[in-house]
Amino acid sequence: MSGLEVVTSWYLVLGALLFIIGGTGLLVRRNPLIMLMCVELMLNGVNLSFIAFADRFGDVHGQTVVLFVLVVAAAEVVVGLGLVVAVLRASPRATADDLSALRG
Amino acid sequence: MVEVVVFAVAAAACLVGAIGVVLSRNPVHAALMLVMTLFGIAVLFVAQQAHFIAAVQVIVYAGAIVVLFLFVIMLLGVDRATELSMGALPAQRWTAAAFGLGGAAVLIWLVAAVDRLFKGAKSLALETAGIAEAGAGNDPTDYVADVSALARSLFSDYVYAFELTSLLLIVAVIGTVILARRSGYGADGRRADQHGAGQHSDASEAAGTGTASEAGR
Repeated sequence: MSGLEVVTSWYLVLGALLFIIGGTGLLVRRNPLIMLMCVELMLNGVNLSFIAFADRFGDVHGQTVVLFVLVVAAAEVVVGLGLVVAVLRASPRATADDLSALRG
Repeated sequence: MVEVVVFAVAAAACLVGAIGVVLSRNPVHAALMLVMTLFGIAVLFVAQQAHFIAAVQVIVYAGAIVVLFLFVIMLLGVDRATELSMGALPAQRWTAAAFGLGGAAVLIWLVAAVDRLFKGAKSLALETAGIAEAGAGNDPTDYVADVSALARSLFSDYVYAFELTSLLLIVAVIGTVILARRSGYGADGRRADQHGAGQHSDASEAAGTGTASEAGR
């Protein structure tokens, strides 16, 4: 606590801020591409918290979880962008509301 | 002191990039701001001895995911600016404001709670040169989270989950190929009609009929 040093709670605060910014953007924006980017922001905030806890507690399992989050995020982006391509090809001005056109 | 400077610069890059993603009108600018955030987070990973994760972060996120975003933006030609306030629903605004304010409140509570939580363990760790009672009983002094430790964890404790991620990736790839191929047929068949009509409602209706006919196929 003496002087200025980087403590774990700083990383947690930064991760929470990224999560909040991403979530607010997800709620405010209506462009599906930017909404996907905001989901990536939220996932990165959580990843930062995982790494901070892994470093704090000397436990490598936090890093393992981050690897899984990376893989799932990659799969999510691939499927999400496939859906966005399918909708925006048909109507280039589509917003997230027009994704209901995918309903069978 | 160097660590503080590194943290400050990287955190500033992260926050500026994140706010830029939310506020930028052009999707290309949003994608580039996302790259800035991801690089800042990679720097913070390095600062926390997660070197392999930092490399994977740069390769997978900045090298693959953002490039995929940019590829889709260029492919669809949607890189023109859209105004931010376009048709946001009032309920959506209120929900977003509630989320932001509630998140800020939780954040303030988190700072206090985590500082209190860590104070005992941290002082103990500092006094005894890092022999804190960690969650898994590990010794933080010999915590070298190199690739071999990560691989040992990944291929022993999490091996079933690891195999399931390969299944997940295969499912995602196959699903996306099928999705893009079908919609390609549908969009090409209706692209002439859509340009003829040139109306947004017609376009979305074409999308609706396209997906309906594909579902019936």
